Amino acid sequence: MSEAVATVAMNRWTGEEMQKRVAGRYAAERRFRLLGLAAVSLSVLFLAFLLTNMVWKGAGGFTSSEARLTIDFPRSDLIIDPAMLRGPDAAENVASAGLEGVIEQAAIAQYGEGAGELFGGASARTLGERLIEDPEMIGRKVELWLPMSSKGDVAAKGEGDPTIEKLVAKADTKRVFNSNFLTGSDATDASVVGVWGALKGSFLTIIVTMALAFPIGVLAALYLEEFAARNRWTDMIEVSINNLAAVPSIIFGLLGLAVFLNFMHLPRSAPLVGGLTLALMTMPVIVIAGRNAIKSVPPSIRDAALGVGASKMQVVFHHVLPLALPGILTGTIIGMARALGETAPLLMIGMRAFIASPPSGITDPSSVLPVQIFLWSDEVDRGFVEKTSAAIIVLLIFMLLMNGLAIYLRNKFERRW
Amino acid sequence: MIDTIVPTPTDADEVDIVAGPPKMSARDVSVFYGEKQALKSVGVDIHDDKVTAFIGPSGCGKSTFLRCLNRMNDTIAGARVTGDIQLDGHNIYDPKMDVVQLRARVGMVFQKPNPFPKSIYENVAYGPRIHGLAQGKVELDEIVEKSLRRAGLWDEVKDRLQESGTALSGGQQQRLCIARAIAVDPEVILMDEPCSALDPIATAKIEELIHELRGRYAIAIVTHNMQQAARVSQRTAFFHLGEMVEYGKTKDIFTNPVEQRTQDYITGRYG
Repeated sequence: MSEAVATVAMNRWTGEEMQKRVAGRYAAERRFRLLGLAAVSLSVLFLAFLLTNMVWKGAGGFTSSEARLTIDFPRSDLIIDPAMLRGPDAAENVASAGLEGVIEQAAIAQYGEGAGELFGGASARTLGERLIEDPEMIGRKVELWLPMSSKGDVAAKGEGDPTIEKLVAKADTKRVFNSNFLTGSDATDASVVGVWGALKGSFLTIIVTMALAFPIGVLAALYLEEFAARNRWTDMIEVSINNLAAVPSIIFGLLGLAVFLNFMHLPRSAPLVGGLTLALMTMPVIVIAGRNAIKSVPPSIRDAALGVGASKMQVVFHHVLPLALPGILTGTIIGMARALGETAPLLMIGMRAFIASPPSGITDPSSVLPVQIFLWSDEVDRGFVEKTSAAIIVLLIFMLLMNGLAIYLRNKFERRW
Repeated sequence: MIDTIVPTPTDADEVDIVAGPPKMSARDVSVFYGEKQALKSVGVDIHDDKVTAFIGPSGCGKSTFLRCLNRMNDTIAGARVTGDIQLDGHNIYDPKMDVVQLRARVGMVFQKPNPFPKSIYENVAYGPRIHGLAQGKVELDEIVEKSLRRAGLWDEVKDRLQESGTALSGGQQQRLCIARAIAVDPEVILMDEPCSALDPIATAKIEELIHELRGRYAIAIVTHNMQQAARVSQRTAFFHLGEMVEYGKTKDIFTNPVEQRTQDYITGRYG
């Protein structure tokens, strides 16, 4: 009898149906793992594609081409006294001396008809600087490396006009690191543009955003979570904040335009206004993340502090806030990264203007990196293509650095219990 | 099955006489959570030099009552307390009573050990620091040492005061919480099932500690464990379904209860 029961039990766990069930269970798990792996691989692939594509296209933006040019000053049309190349007015004298013509003449003489297009404003500027360094040059024939024009540069990198490429093939050219790209600002000539102005603008904007959105957001979250009574009003505020976080960013731009520019008459196109607008956009994100972080602090810690006679304020600032800070910082990082990459609202408040010098303060007209990228991507000149990609690389590195700093700070504040 | 639990006779007899008015007295205390009445007209005295135990089945309101005694119920939204609770003859629900000072005078130890995620030293020093009880580092060090000694933890942690309080074992954490409570030199200590999360050895240590603390502080303890109530307390109140059924000397409650419900509970017929 008991043997029969045992056999039935054995059959139940080792029978064919059970074997199938077990096999099915393993298969389901394998399928799920494969799907997960596929999902992860796909995202890694996209990321790798994006990054290699950017680096591939953008790397050229960090270099510029120079060409060798022989200039015979005594035989050129240049009429300039070596004495004018000395003293405080030297730069001005050189700028008005018509060096472009001298370069074009020399280029045609050396490389043939149309070779003047290989050189541009940057070439003349460099030549002027050399002349001031060594005024005696004016009396002899010299051989110089001069930066090429945007057209020449593109051709030298193998992507230009066929006729210019032929000229470039005849010329003696070399690639050099383009330090001007990191120190300069926007320009009409693609060969002399730089990201410094936009980078500084982005930095100032994000500082303004941070200085406003972080304290206000954290205080709002603390008040709503710890002090405010739970009633219809706080429910309404909660719903409003959640909605605000989902509002398209361009709407915030319109709001900024209406309030900060038209009503408060703050300077147009300035990091101050950009920062204010982005702070409006970022604050709901910080409030929501902050409330969740505060909610997740165990109530037993609040009880413990209240139990030894801490006041509400002391409980919040000595215990709740330090424990919630890592979570709040995570939300802030997300919000800041979004603000840093935001373009649309800044277009609305006039930050799409052409600004050729870096801002010296938060009220100066300025551009920001994402808007700069947007503007360059719209340019007709082929030279801007690689500059756009290079600016994207700079923006990504800037974001990585900011996020790295934020994560470092978060880990520093993190406490385990 | 436990038939009767006899309290240790020496303890009960030794401190059976009540001298002077009670440290805390509650009269006609009712608590409402929203519409629901959680506690119905409870009256209990807590004496100096005595341990008062609150026993009863889960959900009977004993923890709710304990949390009335230092107004921790204030922090629960929708909780409403009526009746009269006095500390040294002053109503603690008087609007003029400062709740922060009250909680410093009536300390609390919770069911689950809840040290701050800070160092052992900081855990104990926190209370004295926020109340300004110490003038300078030396005095604070003294308070920390004294409190840890009284909580019977000093010898175990004196070499690692800077380590996190949360790295201690459960029993040590609970004693750290007791040290934290006594560091502000309270008059009454409320303990809400302080041993329910601990193993028998740690429980024995805490009970021993309660014995030692008696005499210095008035103690009220909530417990599920009837043997524990019998072992550590001199007065016992039995709660059932939000009512206080019986209150008296622990010896009487356990050997000669007046109410049938008390009799049923302590003999293990329900609960």
